[in-house]
Formats: sequence, structure tokens, C-alpha cells
Amino acid sequence: MKAATLGPPDRLSRALWLAGGLVFAFIYLPLVVVIVYAFHDSPIIAWPLRLGTLRWFGALAHDRGMLEAALASLKLALLAVAIALLIGVPGAFVLDRADFPGKTAFRRLVLLPLILPGIITGVALLTFFSFVGLRLSSGFPLVPGWPVVLGHAAALTSVVITQVFARLQRLDRAQEEASQDLYANEWQTFRYVTFPNIRTAVLGAGLLVFTLSLDEIAVTFFLIGRQNTLPLQIWGLLRRGITPEVNAAATVIFALSVVVIVVWARLMREDGAT
Amino acid sequence: MSATESPGLLDRIRARPALRTALSAAVPVGFVTALLFIPYVLLLVHSLWRLRGGVITHELTLENYARLFGTELYPDTILFSAGIAIRVTLFSLLLAYPLAYLLAFKVQRHKQLMYMAVIIPLWVSYLVRAYAWKIILGQSGILNGLLQSVGVIDEPLTFLLYSRWAVILALTHIYTPFTLMPIYAVLEAIPPALKEASQDLYASRWQTFLRIVLPLSLPGVLAGSTFAFVLSMGDFLAPQLLGGNDSALMVSNLVWSLFGVAYNWPLGAAVSVIVLLLTLFLLWLANRVETAMNYGGQTRQGGVLAAGRTGGPVAGAGRGAA
Amino acid sequence: MPDSAPILSLRHLSKRFGDFAAVDDLSLDIAAGEFLTLLGASGSGKTTTLRMIAGFEQPSGGEILMAGAPIAALPPFKRDINTVFQHYALFPHMSVRDNVGYGLRMRGVPAAERAERVTRALAMVKLDELGGRSPRQLSGGQQQRVALARALVNRPRVLLLDEPLGALDLKLRKEMQLELKHLQTSLGITFVYVTHDQEEALTMSDRIVLMREGRIEQIGTPRDLYDRPASRYVADFIGDTNLLPGKVAASEGGVVTLRTDDATLRGVSDGVLPEGVTAWLTVRPEAIRLAGPAELLDGENVVEGTVSDAVYAGSALRVHVALPSGHRLVANVPSASGVTNGAPARLAWPVPHGRCVRD
Repeated sequence: MKAATLGPPDRLSRALWLAGGLVFAFIYLPLVVVIVYAFHDSPIIAWPLRLGTLRWFGALAHDRGMLEAALASLKLALLAVAIALLIGVPGAFVLDRADFPGKTAFRRLVLLPLILPGIITGVALLTFFSFVGLRLSSGFPLVPGWPVVLGHAAALTSVVITQVFARLQRLDRAQEEASQDLYANEWQTFRYVTFPNIRTAVLGAGLLVFTLSLDEIAVTFFLIGRQNTLPLQIWGLLRRGITPEVNAAATVIFALSVVVIVVWARLMREDGAT
Repeated sequence: MSATESPGLLDRIRARPALRTALSAAVPVGFVTALLFIPYVLLLVHSLWRLRGGVITHELTLENYARLFGTELYPDTILFSAGIAIRVTLFSLLLAYPLAYLLAFKVQRHKQLMYMAVIIPLWVSYLVRAYAWKIILGQSGILNGLLQSVGVIDEPLTFLLYSRWAVILALTHIYTPFTLMPIYAVLEAIPPALKEASQDLYASRWQTFLRIVLPLSLPGVLAGSTFAFVLSMGDFLAPQLLGGNDSALMVSNLVWSLFGVAYNWPLGAAVSVIVLLLTLFLLWLANRVETAMNYGGQTRQGGVLAAGRTGGPVAGAGRGAA
Repeated sequence: MPDSAPILSLRHLSKRFGDFAAVDDLSLDIAAGEFLTLLGASGSGKTTTLRMIAGFEQPSGGEILMAGAPIAALPPFKRDINTVFQHYALFPHMSVRDNVGYGLRMRGVPAAERAERVTRALAMVKLDELGGRSPRQLSGGQQQRVALARALVNRPRVLLLDEPLGALDLKLRKEMQLELKHLQTSLGITFVYVTHDQEEALTMSDRIVLMREGRIEQIGTPRDLYDRPASRYVADFIGDTNLLPGKVAASEGGVVTLRTDDATLRGVSDGVLPEGVTAWLTVRPEAIRLAGPAELLDGENVVEGTVSDAVYAGSALRVHVALPSGHRLVANVPSASGVTNGAPARLAWPVPHGRCVRD
């Protein structure tokens, strides 16, 4: 950027840096606090700080309810990702290429779960499943039931559709024509030319859906059967009072999030280079 | 390879574009219709049904809406939620803009890295971020403890937590990165030559900002604000965790209890429908404003229209997709 | 040009987008081994026609026959035709070699043979050393050659080229024009070339199809179009020319007498032009000379005016002469001629060098 040529740092610049820095700190402060207190050696989360214990992580590792909830969340997320990708990628192609009556309606409908408060989508799905008669617990033990799986998929397919659609729009259609010109049929063209070019968007969307599913509360609350997911479990703990174990759980979640975003950043950079 | 293969079944499908479209669109459109369209419609239908003695009867009635508009609680809550949302949006904007500006124009090295750093909190569980404020603001929380040990106060401050300000604070914290992203995107897209031209024509840096950069960044500001507003108005977690029993009841909490503890689905559905309509209206409004800003021309990068097309707050403008 | 049955036949081909007819009842036979150019302005339908031959657009009406067999119902990957795209459409995620070998791979050519043919194709376009690179690392000219190799390696019967040289700078473009022409002649493959650049068309083609608003304006060899334009549009499109409007006074034995605002002129024409209609006299600048004030000019057209500009163009002097009626004529004269602005000028040219055409 040519900003450097617009003059040496001065009061305006320094004020800007200060402001920016403060905002940055504000964004991070609460997280830092939580992480720090995960190592605080006291069941009371208060000042002063006594660092240096891993007992809360230990408690976490032995908390059966949490572990089961984490496992259930994981399975739910994986299922949601699978369905969202299977429906969403073709859905993105449909938006990009097909023309049919009601296409505009379809496009707007797809956007709804992304812009509405999650709770609205959650209760809508609840009324749907109860109307259809599907019981919330139907499914396998330790896997949240079909309503919640389908609910996550329904809410999150939109993410896949919009992300992949955005990528498709940037795709050079001439390449697909060239591929067909060189004797590749539609499936071969998709496999050898189209998909490699949208792969990062698909993976990125999958990653995003995975993360969102793990963190999902609104839709999950209404559709869950007996087995809790991780956020619901944590929330239950929170409502009963704060245990420092939650700090440990939050720290673990944060660490995982950083990993996820590093992977995502890698993917996006690859994408940008295409 | 001969040029004279006779057409097979696939070719016949290819030659009939309508059939081809139908086949390829069937599954995604069917899925979305079944699991999104129908549920939303059902919600609407539920809002028109009657609750009699704890059972939902399938008679059509408008009594839920009558009750909704008639009882003070509901419109008050909606207004209250809007009030919270406005404040959150304003504060987020005030915080996000300088940082976005800094990142876009002043950061030379590691710009990508810095941007990622700002985005990371968005990927951390929303629950965790809201909860963090609980331990900071609580009576026996960190802020109180700090202030007490330093001697600023003797007794813990009770008004910090379980108040509307705690909710506003937490929501601002959560949605500032959300607001930042579209603003950053738009600022990044401003060609440096524009700022140079402005200065070439005798405008100071401040004037350049006011007359060139700020107006050009408005689509991003609009997008960020719209989504921050819509999302914070519909938030239920922050009020529940930090709002206390009655001091910060927001509209989503109402829906929550109507569908949960209070078990009045029709009324809850009615409230939901109102929120849905309100949200759609706000987005439509934002679109119109944006179109007006563009003088009716094509959507520019980073605006509400663009963000809406590529996934809205969570997916498109959100989560680091710059 | 080999004299045999046409390799491609377009019969009453049309393509409509809503109410708009991009291609309108176009019929054309393309001979095997010829270099045919579809020439025209944007919107003339030339690219749409090419895309229909390739299979990327479905005709709204008409037929496309290849060696006598209809192909319009076939998808692109079942046609023995390859395309060089305007912006090359190279696959960025594959190496140059993989790009070039793609078509062979799709047709199941075994790896060893594939490798050999790819090597030869790259040698043919003089990119021997660049096989391992990614397309992003190549210059525009190199990318263009890769696109060419990728198409030619498959030995198609017809090669379609969609303004392939448009993105290259002038010098490179002229080099590539010659190379493409040589390639075509040595390989004997039918080339169907689309361009809006008439000079390019004149340089490379065996035959040119000048298209206008979805229809054929004129088909012929470059010389046909240059020397014997069938209409004012063709005369104006191809090369530089002068155009003087007038009314037909007489038309006999191939010679038309045209009454213009400045003089009564005569020109040749292929058909009979009805008396009284508006027509145009077209004469190339290089056919006009500056006559001396006292010269006798039998059998020639003479027009008098004033020099308004004399533009030096290296090899010639382009003299702009303003006529009393307000029209202008441009004459190309040797650059050593002494011409002064504002001086009176007598322009003359032999009658056979001017043609009378209608719109």
C-alpha cells in the first residue's frame, strides 16, 4: 500500500495505532482471561491469580458427561458436514448454472438460515419434526438423533452453497468448454477440471460447517434427544454456576479453533493463488 | 474418433435442457424445500393455530397476533431488543472502523497474518466468548477482584453483571470482528491512486479520508452494521448468561421460553414470524439504501448485496473469508 | 486449395437469444484443408457460429454436417473438432505437458504414446523446454502456443480458433500470423478462424466470410473482397477505401455512370445497377494519383479539390483532399511528392479501379 508515502508517522497516525491496538486488545482480552484462569489454582475464579496448575484439565479429562458430549458433538458435526457437502455442492452448481422457475425463491430461501436468528430456524424445524412425527431420540445411542442431524444439515447446507457458489462465479467457464472440446464428458470435466479448481472452497466450506456445527446451540437445543452436545453440556454447567473446569474446556476449544483457522488460512491462500 | 456416433440416452437428456435441469436440481432443491421451506411455512401455520388447554388445535385464528400486539410485553421486548442492537451496532462500528482502517492502510508487513489474528476470535466458540464476560464482570469476578485489590473500590460492584450493559458489552465484543470484515474488505479495494489523486488536488489527509475514503467505504459499513444489528437483535445467549432474570429480556429469549417452559407454541411461532418479517424488512431496507448509494448501479464489492449473495454474515463476510 | 467434398457444411444455421438473432439463416461449405476466416465486427455472429460448430451453443435452427454426417446433436466431446480459445483456457492446476496431453488422455491413448505425441506437439510450437512449467509461469505468447499444441496434438479434422492472437502485442501477433499460416499449410488441417481484424484475415486466409448482423455479407478470397467488394459495407470494412455517394445515371456493360455531388464518375460493377438508385463509388487510396494541372486524362475519373492534410506515413504520403461538396478523398502517393496544404489538387484514377456498390 502507498500509505507509507503519505508522510511520516505523526499524531494522527499514532492515535490511529493506539485506537487500533486498544480495539485489538478488547477483542482478545476476554479470551486471554479465560485461558489464563484455566491454569488458576483455586476453585474460585477471582483475583489474585495463582497460576500453575493443570487440575482443571484433569477434571475435564475425567468428566464423563463432557467427554460423551464431546463425542456426540463430533459425530453430529461429521454427519452434518457430510450431508451439507453432498447437498450443498450440487446446490451451488444449480444456483450457478441452472435456470428454472422459482430459482430466485430458492436462492433467497438458501440465505435465510444464515441471516435469521438461529432460534427461529430452530423452532421452525421443531414444528416440522413434531408435525412429521419424528421423535427426537430416534437414532443410535451416543449419536444425536436424526432430527438434530437433519436440523444441522438444513441450517448449514446454506453455508456450503454460498461459499461454493462464490467460488464457482470466479471460475473461468472457458476451461470447462476446453475440457469438453478435448473429449472429456461432463463427469470427467467435473473431476479433472472443475473440482480441482473449487476444491479449496469445498474444503473450506466443510471446515466452516464443522466448526459451526460444534458450536451450534439454538437449533440443537430444540431438536436434541437425550444425549447432550458439547456446547449444551457446557451451558448446563454454566447455568448451575461456574466451575473452573469450563475454563479448561474453553482453552481446549480455543486451541482447536486456532488450528482450524490456520488450516482455513492455508486453504484460502491456495485459493487466492489460483 | 468418428464424428458420426449416434446419440445415446445421455445425449438425449443433454438435448433436452429442461429435463437436464430438473434432474440435476432435484436433490438440492428438494432437500432445501423439505427442510427449510416447509419448516418456515409450518412455523407460520403454527402461529395461526390455537392453544386450547395445553393442546394445539388446528383451528385458524389470529388471536396470537392480537395477543402479541395487545400485551405490552411483546412489543416492549422487541423494542428493547432493537435498542440493544442499535447500541451494539454503534459501538461495534466505532471500534471496528479504526482497526479496519489500520489494517487496510497502515499495516505493511504481515497484513494477512494480522487480519487472521483479528478473525480468530470469530472461530472460537460463541459460548466461550459470552461466558468469558461472566467471569470478568461477576461479583467475585476478575474485574471486581482487580479493582478491589488495587483499592479503587471496597465492595464488589454488583451492577456490572446481570444488566443490560453486560449484554451490550458482550455483544459488542462478539460482533466487532463481524463488523470489521466487510469494512476491511471495502477499504482494501479502494485503489491507492484515488487517495493519491485527492492529495494531488490539495486535500489534506483528513479531508481525503472524509471525502474519499469514508464515502467509498460506506457499502462495507452498511453491510457490517446490518448484520451486526440483525444478529445481535436475535441473540439469546448473551441475555441468558449475562442479563439476569428480567433486566435484559430480549425477543429470542421470549421465543425460547414460549417454545420451552411456557409451552405456547402458537404464540411463540407468532413472535418468531414477527422477528422473521422484521429481519427480512431490515435486509430489504439495507439493500435499498445500498442501491441508492450506488445511484442504482451495479453492486460494488463488499456491500450488503454482495455479502448477501455470497453467504451473509456467518459464511461470506464472516469467518475470515476476505 | 484441394478440391473435394466439403469437410463442414452449415445449412440454414441460426441462433436466437430471445428476440435477437445472433446468427440468421447462415449457409456455408468449408473445404477440407482450407484456411477459412469468419470476419466481422462485434455482434456480427462470427463467434456464435464458431461456438455452434464446436458444440458450445445449440443451434435454434438449421444443420451442421461434418463429412456429410449431422453433428449438431452431438456434445463437444464427441466431435472430431478442437478449439483454441480466445483467452487460451489453459488448466492452471496442470503442467504444460498435462494440459497438452489432456485430450489424448480422455480418449484413452496409452501413456507412452501420449508422452511422445506431447513432446512432438511442443516441439512443433517451439516450446520444447517448458513442458514441466505451470501455465501461470508462461508469457502470453507462450500460453497461446500451449493452447495451440493442446488442440493440434489430437489431430482434429477441423481446428477452430477464436481470435487467438488478440491479447498479443503487434509484433508478436504478426509473427504468429505467419506461423499459424505455415502450420496450417504443412499440417493440412482445416482451420476456421474468427477475427475482427481485417488485415489479419487478408494475411492468413484462403477464403474470408465477412459477416454482418448474423448473415453473410460476402464470401471470397482475400483478393475478391479487397478488389471486388460486393457492397459498401464490405468496401468500408476491408482495407482503407474512399467512398463517394451518388445517383446511378446509367449502367451498361459492367460500367456504371454515377452522378456525385462533385462530378460525374464512372466505375465498374458486377451486376446491373438500376437507374436512379443511390450507390457508392469506392476507390482505394493507392489507386489515386495527383495529376498535373494540364494533364490529359482520357478514360480516367477526375475530381478536383483542395489539400487539407498531408500525413507522412513512412512508406507513403497520405494526402487528404477536401472536395467542394464537403466529401473527402484520401490518396496514397510516394512520400517524396511535394504537396502543400491548401494547394489545389487534381485527383485521377483509371475507371476500372473504382467500383460502384450499393449498401
